[in-house]
This record gives sequence, C-alpha cells and structure tokens, in this order.
Amino acid sequence: MVRIGLDIGSTTVKCVVLDENNKIIYEIYERHYSQITEKISDLLQRVKNQVKDMDNAVIAMSGSAGMGIADACGIDFIQEVYATRVAAKTFIPDTDVVIELGGEDAKILFLSGGMEVRMNGSCAGGTGAFIDQMATLLNVPIEQLNELAEKHEKTYTIASRCGVFAKTDIQPLLNQGAKKTDIAASIFMAVVNQTIAGLAQGREIKGNIVYLGGPLTFIPQLRAGFDKALKTKGICPENSLYYVAMGAALCAEKGADFDSVIRKIEVYRGTGNFAFNKPLFRTQAELDEFRQRHSKATVKKGNLKNFNGNVFIGIDAGSTTVKAVAISEDNTLLYSEYLSNSGNPVPIVKNFLEHIYEINPDIKITSSAVTGYGEEIIKNAFSIDYGIVETVAHLTAAKSFMPDVEFVIDIGGQDIKCFKIRGGVIDNIFLNEACSSGCGSFLQTFANALGYSSEEFSKLGLLAKQPVDLGSRCTVFMNSSVKQAQKDGATIEDISAGLCLSVVKNALYKVIRVASPRELGKKIVVQGGTFLNDAVLRAFEQEMGTDVIRPEISGLMGAYGAALFAKSKSSADSKSTVLTPKQLSEFVHEIKSINCGGCSNNCRLTVNTFSDGRKFIAGNRCEKPVTKKSPDESFNIYQYKLQLLKSYTPKQGKRGKIGIPLGLNMFELLPFWYTFLTKLGFEVITSPFSNRKLYLHGQQTIPSDTVCFPAKLMHGHVQWLLDNGITNIFYPCMSYNFDEDLGDNHYNCPVVAYYPEVIYSYAKDIQGVKLFHEFVGIHRPKDFPKKIYEQLKNYFDGISLKEVKAAAKAAYTEYESYLQKIRDYGDDIIKRAEEQGKQIIVLAGRPYHADPEINHGIDKLITSFDVALISEDVVSCKVHEKIHTDVLNQWTYHSRMYAAAEYVSKHPNMNLVQLVSFGCGVDAITTDEVRAILEHHGKIYTQIKIDEITNLGAVKIRLRSLLATIK
Amino acid sequence: MAELIYDKTGRLLFTREMKEEYTILLPMMAKIHFHILKNVFVHYGYKVRLLETEGPEIAQVGLKYVHNDTCYPALLVIGQFIQALQSGKYDVNKTALMITQTGGGCRASNYIHLLRKALVKAGFEQVPVISLNLSGLEKNSGFQLTLPMIRRLAAGLIYGDMLMSLDNQVKPYELNKGDSAALIAEWTQKLTDILAGGHGFRRKEIAKILDEIAEDYSKIPIQKTPRIKVGIVGEIYVKYSSLGNNNLEQFLYEQGCEVNMPGMMGFMMFKIDNRLEDYKLYGGSKLKYIAVEKLLNYLKELEQMVVNSQIKYGFTPITKYEHTKSLVKGVVGYGSKMGEGWLLTGEMLELVESGFENIVCTQPFGCLPNHINGKGMIRQIKQKHSKANIVAIDYDPGAPRVNQENRIKLMLAVAKEELSNTQPDKKPVTVKVKAVAKSED
Repeated sequence: MVRIGLDIGSTTVKCVVLDENNKIIYEIYERHYSQITEKISDLLQRVKNQVKDMDNAVIAMSGSAGMGIADACGIDFIQEVYATRVAAKTFIPDTDVVIELGGEDAKILFLSGGMEVRMNGSCAGGTGAFIDQMATLLNVPIEQLNELAEKHEKTYTIASRCGVFAKTDIQPLLNQGAKKTDIAASIFMAVVNQTIAGLAQGREIKGNIVYLGGPLTFIPQLRAGFDKALKTKGICPENSLYYVAMGAALCAEKGADFDSVIRKIEVYRGTGNFAFNKPLFRTQAELDEFRQRHSKATVKKGNLKNFNGNVFIGIDAGSTTVKAVAISEDNTLLYSEYLSNSGNPVPIVKNFLEHIYEINPDIKITSSAVTGYGEEIIKNAFSIDYGIVETVAHLTAAKSFMPDVEFVIDIGGQDIKCFKIRGGVIDNIFLNEACSSGCGSFLQTFANALGYSSEEFSKLGLLAKQPVDLGSRCTVFMNSSVKQAQKDGATIEDISAGLCLSVVKNALYKVIRVASPRELGKKIVVQGGTFLNDAVLRAFEQEMGTDVIRPEISGLMGAYGAALFAKSKSSADSKSTVLTPKQLSEFVHEIKSINCGGCSNNCRLTVNTFSDGRKFIAGNRCEKPVTKKSPDESFNIYQYKLQLLKSYTPKQGKRGKIGIPLGLNMFELLPFWYTFLTKLGFEVITSPFSNRKLYLHGQQTIPSDTVCFPAKLMHGHVQWLLDNGITNIFYPCMSYNFDEDLGDNHYNCPVVAYYPEVIYSYAKDIQGVKLFHEFVGIHRPKDFPKKIYEQLKNYFDGISLKEVKAAAKAAYTEYESYLQKIRDYGDDIIKRAEEQGKQIIVLAGRPYHADPEINHGIDKLITSFDVALISEDVVSCKVHEKIHTDVLNQWTYHSRMYAAAEYVSKHPNMNLVQLVSFGCGVDAITTDEVRAILEHHGKIYTQIKIDEITNLGAVKIRLRSLLATIK
Repeated sequence: MAELIYDKTGRLLFTREMKEEYTILLPMMAKIHFHILKNVFVHYGYKVRLLETEGPEIAQVGLKYVHNDTCYPALLVIGQFIQALQSGKYDVNKTALMITQTGGGCRASNYIHLLRKALVKAGFEQVPVISLNLSGLEKNSGFQLTLPMIRRLAAGLIYGDMLMSLDNQVKPYELNKGDSAALIAEWTQKLTDILAGGHGFRRKEIAKILDEIAEDYSKIPIQKTPRIKVGIVGEIYVKYSSLGNNNLEQFLYEQGCEVNMPGMMGFMMFKIDNRLEDYKLYGGSKLKYIAVEKLLNYLKELEQMVVNSQIKYGFTPITKYEHTKSLVKGVVGYGSKMGEGWLLTGEMLELVESGFENIVCTQPFGCLPNHINGKGMIRQIKQKHSKANIVAIDYDPGAPRVNQENRIKLMLAVAKEELSNTQPDKKPVTVKVKAVAKSED
C-alpha cells in the first residue's frame, strides 16, 4: 500500500508518495503563487498519472493553507506540527528538538523529556516571508543573501518581530552605507533570535537538533546562525523539505479517490463566497471621467538641454526610491528621475548629477536641497546646499498646487506621512511607525508574489466587479486573508482592488485614525508614489467621500518641494556648492563600520569617507563621535536622573546581599526600596542600566512575546542578579502606586503591578533563590510597616517591627527627597532655558523610560537640537488639582502625563513629546487623551513609539518637524 | 421629550424621565446568561434590547471609532453599539446604552469613556451611557443598582451558569441532536417570564428552579463516548462572546470535543473577593470588609445550590470558587486582581484537575493582565501537571480565523493522541447515563 501526503504551505506545495517501507518514491516541491486549488488538482493528476500501483493508496493533507480545502474535498487534515512530529519520530527517532521554519510559520518541537510543541502566535516575524521581504529590500535573490552572509564581518541589531520593523531598521543602515554582507548576516541573526525568544519561552533547546523547512534547508548561513546561538551542531536531514508531507502520509488512513477529490476541488473553487465592497469604477466612462479630472493638476515642463537660466536641484532620497528634479526660476520642471534605490542612494544620485551635466554641460545650478531618509549622507557626499525635513519639503510642494491646502497625505514605499496645516504651518503630523501596512511596498510585495509588476497589478483592479473586503490589518496577516479569498473564488482583479482599498483603510484608520473626512478638511492634496496608482487614489476618494488633488508629479513631490525650498533660499548671485562635473568624476565613497564606545549607548557608527577626504559619520545619537567632545548634558534631565540613581551604591550590612532588578516601577522606587532595605541591614545590589547584552541574556525566559519591551527587560535584570551570585531578590507586586492626587485612582498598569509573578514563576525553580514577590501597599504609609513586617518574617529571620517602622520612615523620606531633587533640577533647567531663550521639550513617558536601552538615546538626540529637556514629573507636580479627562484617570504614571500636558499647554515655551512603548495597551487610551488636551489648547502633539529597536530616522523627522513649526 | 441634563464634569445623565421614554441597548456577551439577565431590568420597568447582531462589520465599525490599539472587546462592544445606532432601527433621540464598568486597574474600566468618545466621533452625543458597576462609579437618577436588583441579577447569573454547564455536559453526547438546545430555549422562555414577573430570586425559588432544570436535563438520552475534553478560559469577553472568539465553542463542538467553560459567577465572586483581599494585604475599613464578606457568602450559598442540584441529578458539579482559589496558592498571589487576575490561572488549574487537560486560553491581543496570569503562568501549570495541553490564542481584528483554528487543531491533535493512548480500545464505549458524581464537602 502506498501513502500520499500533501503539504499545502503558505508559499509552496509539497507532495510525497511513500511505499510500504516508508521510502519516498515520488516527490514534488513547487511554489503555488497562491493558485492553491489549481495546484492541488494539478498535483493529484500528476501523481495519478506518474505513480504506479495507486489502487490502494491512502491520502492525507497538511499545511496551513490546506485546512479548509481538506475538509471540502473529503481528505483527512493533519495539523502540520503534529505531522512533523510523527515524521521526526519515525525517521529520526533520537531527535530531541525540531526547529522548523516555513513561509509564515515558525515552530519548535520538544520531543524528548516532556513533549511540547510551540508555534508562532500572532506574529510572522522570523519566518520565510520575512526573509523574502528582506531579500527584496536588499534587491538580491535569497541564494545570494546566503553568499553575502558568509562574508560578513559584524552584525547589526535588527528587529525580526515583524518585517515592518526590520525594514525600518535596515533602511537607515543602508542609507548610512552599511555593508550588505553585514546586513545579510544580521537578518539571519534576527530570525534566530526571534525564534528562540518567541518560542523557547524558558525551555532550553539542547540535544539532537533537527532543522526542517524551506529557509533552513536552503540557507546554510541560517543554520549556522542557530548553531552559533544554541552552541550546538544541528542536522538538516535528507528530505528536510518534506517532513510535513511525510508526516501526513504516515497519518493517512483514508483511501484516495482521485477523481472525486479533483471534482470536489473544482466545485470548491467556484463558491465565490467572500465579502466584497462596491466596485471602484462601475464603467469605463466613470474611469475616464476620473482620469480627466485628475489630469488637471499639472506642472509646466521644459527641456533641460540648452536651458540657460538658473537651475535648482531637489533630491528626495526616500526609503525605497530616490527622486530627483531640476527646476527653473518659474518652477518649470526641466528634468526628473524616479529610481529604486536598491539599498544605496549614493551611486544613484551620482548618476543623476552625471546625467544633468551630460544633458546640459553649461548648466547653472544656483542652489540645491535634499530631503528624505538619505538626507544626511547625500548632503555630505555631494555638497548639497540644504537639507530639509521631509514634511516641510512636501508641504512646500503641495502649496504650489493648492496654496490654501488643509491636509497633505503622502504614501510612499513604506512611509505614510500626513499632516494638517493651520495658518500655513504644519499643525499636526501623523507618521506610521509601527506599521507599514498602509504603504506602497505592501502592494508591491503582493504583486510580486502573484507574479505581476506592481503597475500591471494595480491596473487589474480598476474595473473589478467585487473588490474583496480585506479590512484593515497587518501586512503579514493580509497574506492569509488573500489566500483565503482566493480559495473562496475571488478573482485576481477583485484581490487587486481589495488590496488597494486595504492600503487606504490602513492609512486612514490605523495611522491617521480618522472617523470622517470632516476631520481632515476639504482641501486635500495626496502625493507619494503610491497615489500614482489610480486604484488607490479612487479607493481613497471613495472611503473619504470627497474629491482630492493628486498632482501629476505625485511621486516627485518631495524632490520638487526640496527644489522649491532651495530656490526660496537663493539669491540672484548664489552659486550652488554641489559637486562640479570634475569633482564628480573623481568621486570616491568608502564605508567603514566601527563601534563608538563613547558612552553606554555604544552606537554602531558607519564612517563614510569621500574623495576629498571628507568624512560623514552615521548611526550616532549624539555629537560625541563627530566633535570628539562630550555632549552638553546640563539641559538633559534624563541624564540627571541616571546620575542620581547611580548614587545608591551598596553598603555592607549584617543581613547580607539582596538584589533589586532595576526596571519598570523599581526604577523610580529604587530610592525607596534601597533605603528601606539598607536600613534593615541588607547590602542592596542593583542591576545596572539595561543594555543589549543584558536583554539577550534574559530573553529565553520571556513567556509572552507581545508584552512591552520594558517588561521583557526585567528578565535580563533578574538574570544579571543571578549571574552575579545574588540569591535574595527583592521585587514586590504593587497593584497601587503612590497617590499623587492627580487622578481618580492610583494604580500601576497590570504589567507593572504583577510582573514579579512572572519572574517568580521561573525563578522559583532555581536552587537557593529567594524571591520576595509579595503584594505590598506603599500607598498606605500607616499600614505599610505592619503589613510588610508580616511578609518579611516569612523570608528573613530576626527582623523586628520596630526596625521595619524606622526603615519605612526613612524610605518615605528618601523617596520624597529624590523626587524633590529632580523637581529642583528641572526647575533649574527651565530657568536657564528661559534665560537663554531655549525651547523646552517635556519628554513624557514612564519613569523607566529613562533607561538608555529603553529610550535608545532619544533624550540626547533631542538635546542635540539645542533645546532643553525635562520629564513629565517636573511639571506634573505643579498642577494641584485633578485634571478633567474624558477617560478614567486611574494610573499614577499616566495621571502625571495628563497633568504635564495640561501644564505644557499653558506655557508657550514648552512642548510635549510623548514616549510610548510598543504594545502598551494603556497607551492606546493615554495617547488620544494627551493629544486631546494639547490640541484643545492649540499645541502640537508629538508621539514617539519605542520598542526593542527604534528607528531614530522617524524620530528625527518628528522632532525636526515639531521644531520647524515652533521656531 | 426628556431634557438632556449633564453633571458638572459634562457627563450626560440618564434621568428618571428617560427611564420612561428611552430604550436601553445592552451589548451581547454570553448568550445564555444575557438573555436571562435582561429580564431583571424589564421587571424594574426599563425598556431594554439585547443586541444580537453579528458579523465582521461590527469590528470594522469599531476600528473606525475606537483607537485601533485598544483591546478587542472594546472594539467589538463599541462597534456593536454604534452599528445599532446607525442602523436606523432605534430612535437615536430615545435610546440609551448600558455597559459594565469594573473599576479595576485594567483598561476595561475605560470602555465606557472610549464609548462616549466614539459616540461623539460618530455624531451621537445625545445618547446617554449608563455604567453598570458595583463600585459606586457614575450615578444616574434614572438608574440605580439596588440591593434587590443585585439579588435578581445574581439569580440570573446562577441560572445562566447552570444551563451552560449542563448544556456543555450533555450536548456532545445527546442521542437526538438538538435536545439540549431545545431545553435552553424552553428554559430561557420560562426564566424570562419568572424574572420579568419579579420572581425567582429568593433562595427557595432558586433551589427549586435549579432542581427542575437539572431534572429536565437528566431526561435527555445520551450515549457517553470518549471525547476530547477541552476547557475554555480567558479574558471574560472573548471567553464567552462568540463574536469575540470566532464561535470557539461551536468550533470545538464540531471537532467532537466536550467543552467546559467555567461559569460567570466565579468571576463575580472573584471581583467581590478582591475587596477582601485588598483589605488583608493593605489594610482599610473593617466595616466595609464585613459588608462585602456578607455579599460574597450569599453568592457562595447560591453556588452551593447549583452544586447540590447537579449532584442530585447525576451531573458533574461545577467547581466551587473557594476550591479554585485554593489551587492558586503558591502559584500566583491573591493580590493579582486586575482583569481576570489569579482566577484565570485558577480556572486552568481547576480544569486540569477535573480532567479537562486540554485548554484554550483566550485573550485579546495585547491583554495586559493575561501576559501575567494567562501566558505567564502556563509554564508553572505544565510543571505541576505534565499532561496539561494549553494553547494561548490571541484575538484581534487582524488575526485571521484560519491561523487561530490551525493552532487549536495542533492542541487537538496532541489531545487526540493522548485520548487514544488512554483508550486502547477505539470502539465507542457506552457508559451509563448517570455519570460520575464527584461530591464535595
């Protein structure tokens, strides 16, 4: 009897036929380009025709994309992880752990010593799809990615949680000139870390390790990455691609009736049972009318050749493309280029300049400006006159089409930038930070996956009858939804239109968060390459219910705006500093990466050296590596806080050592607990401020991959204490924080309140470790000593109530004095800033956002713009009453933010920037409320999302846009 | 028409006048329970409508009016309300909304505020929102939660728990498909009449009704075959709401499982008990403690009645709150009270102990308390019980159902293997109708 196993994965189908001895006698491995049902019937036909003795064959199906189909055509479905397990047990019985990566799935199976199976939950970071995306971004085929990685010298830290984040990590690296070889290796490292951190969940991966699935089979460097991280040598067996299919075959029980199955699949294909929206255009006439309307927003065009007037150059070195224009005095577009940046904008801009010099050797370049992600490197490389922030460039361009524009939305390759305009200046900025699902690269990825170019693909949808309703969701999950729709009979046209609608919905509801067009104003200019796509533009108008203006040069607006800006800065006799043809011909660009080592941030610097010996350093967060001087920290309260905390050094005591993990609420409460425990005679050892290494040491024990980064760091802190021989650890649970009379209640957020329970649940198994994780109530100073005395008794002998009372008293006093010091210093900064006419930024977050690994040096970045920096607690204490909020104001740390926002909005020299941890559920509430408070008083709200890794490029855009407005 | 009156913070009040004129919309959560509970409000003279709408559009409406990073239950509840107001079925000038508010440290206490913000965004500023809570938050002249009302609501909860528990025990094994569903419909109607008529809340009445329900269920002919036993725990909304969990209970039933969902009374008792624990941990007013303890004891009495009736008629009794609580000792502290708190961990332990080793732990994506008490505690539970087979499933508008079901199927595949290991003889085993009756105390 032969056994047939099918594995319908997210990108490929696999089919095996096993004989009686479980030997493979037939196998297929092919990409399905989402034509799943067609592919299955094709496969079955081939098996039927090419394999002999199929009379008694049994069949089963597995794979994430096969689930619904299996039911529909009467084939048994075997869950794929389970199938893997069956196959591994049969073919490699002494396997301890299987690591399998697929298109969208990542799995770890522990087979020996308590079977456990782990599968990535709601995140497809660190899978084949992720590697594909990265290869696309680097513009190399996967095989070459492997070759590149072989030659790497160092690795960078890249977030692999989501392809979206990784892109934002990689792009700046590319723009700053980091080597592709190093980036390739870093991508694999990211996958390895994601898999281990996300799936091991505290269980050690050891013994005989087997690697399965496409990525691990085809990419030796990825296996090497796992080997290195796990300090072992895993094997990638023969047929490693087919384990799921073989497992399905082994589980098969039902006879294979090919004809009936094929017939049922045909029927299944035709159900057409999917949700859809109204068509973008019902008729060709509608489409023509639409095109007619939009063809009016044009610019004058001229010829660069033989042009003898003044020329202004504008360059937009964007995330995925480089746009460059040359315009004349009267804004005539003389020449333009729109090119994919292939990971390095420098040669492209060089080509552009060569082209214009070639076309018009006598060109008179009066002035030039550059904007976009690559602004700094291009400005330095080619001696461009001005660099401007993207938002300003786009606004300048939009105004030339509609002087009284109220709202500009720019959707580019992976950025959405939009802003409201009030009184001619930018009033409110929305940028996508955590999510690129509303962007052009999203459409491009899909078009490519389905075998189309993005232009062809988007045209398909224009006249689609039933655009699939895909809702608004993450790119990764859109994959599954699209596949489902295809299985349900949606045509490629319907899907194309559906995806365009989703791009718009994501942009509107996820990034801008509007409910109705009224909020955006009537005068809207749309731009960016993605709006060149008629289907997206139409979807936007439909969803907003209003007509908008799309300039003909929609894709060039950044560059055009930069050129206009350059023009506005020039005078009749200016001459641009841009490289001359001769200088250009001698242009050399060398890249070296080094570690700064100037401070604990330990930035990875990319040093670009150009022909005449000029240097440009990128990747730095402060001026130290450039100026070789320590940055001025006298206006930076975040640094002051760190200094203060460092002063709580261990003092030997009769009761021995006790460790405090310095994170979450313990960060601000260190003065309290340090004093309390020191007075009780403990030598208090504090874990250091976080760094990358500390984080990685603890990541194996993180049980929830979606909890916020500050919480994840706690694992590293506790691990540090354990590694340093500290066996008594003090980390109590606290439902309540101090009541500062600023809100309706004074809770900690659930994660802060109860994270000790999570720590306890793994630390309690470590021999000899005593972890104090009791619930304590410091908010009731009267009851506190009695209550904690009772609890301490169970942990430590011989502590008397009297001692505890005295210690508590000292602790409360010290905590107050610590807060007072910060307030005093903050007041001093305010005073000095006012004397020197500096703007003041209130960087509002939680106290633990002062940790350098959490804020990624954003504090230093802000002060590098020559502004003063204080924290929310400096001003919240100046508000003496409960702020009226439209939400329940019940968390101590968050109450401070509302109060700070209220205070800031009444002080013209202050602006608030809110730090938000990615994944923080509470901030979904606070961000809207802080924004409302500020906007109510006419202030601009600026938000910075921070995570494990933060894209400082986006942060800079925000800050510069804010500063451009308030100055 | 009723005048719109605001309190000094600008909150639109639900006035006595409105009580006469307005229809109050209630969001759906646990179907069996809510159909019964609404009748308590009917008895007190309110016009109420329970929203039974379903479908993916609700989440889409929610996404439009609520911050997209907010928890999924808020998106759904608010989406369901706004969709109803936009549907044209209700006079928006004579409609009020009711929503629960726990007052705890989790985001759920803010749903009501997010709802009000969404109403403004959607242009329904004139629609008043009533907070249903035990913490004395937000008073309204037109709606008061009185002690008699609480007693009636508690009775409603108990009936709901009873029906749900028996349905779960009987439905997978019934010989005539639909028997159990028919009984639920029948009893929902009976209880509607009883509660709307102002009866069915005294101890004696409750005991009698519970007995009758159990007796009716005991008459359904069943055949016990070995089935995969799956427990459902999680954040309360996605645990019970089929809208929130993509019809999880039905899915598991179709996969041939016997499902066990710990009842809602446990959650109520947990919330009340938290006040006692707070007192023990941090201190406070002894007087309040005594009053709250009295309420908790009353609910314990009702719980005992369910247990009694179930044992009497041969069913597996629900696990009592105190027992669940005792299981948590040494695993997680009683101070962990936000959201479902330690109860979530407790319910997993209780399920494993009573033979439901396979568990789906449901939570909205990014649910803060569940990072701790759900996902954070699975490791400990597995260490205690090596056979525990737990899968944590995140629900949010972006998570496709296929992926969720795929992960659940993995859990089921392991469960199935375990089941066939313990049942070497694969033929269906007929067990006597009167199954094991585990008695306690």
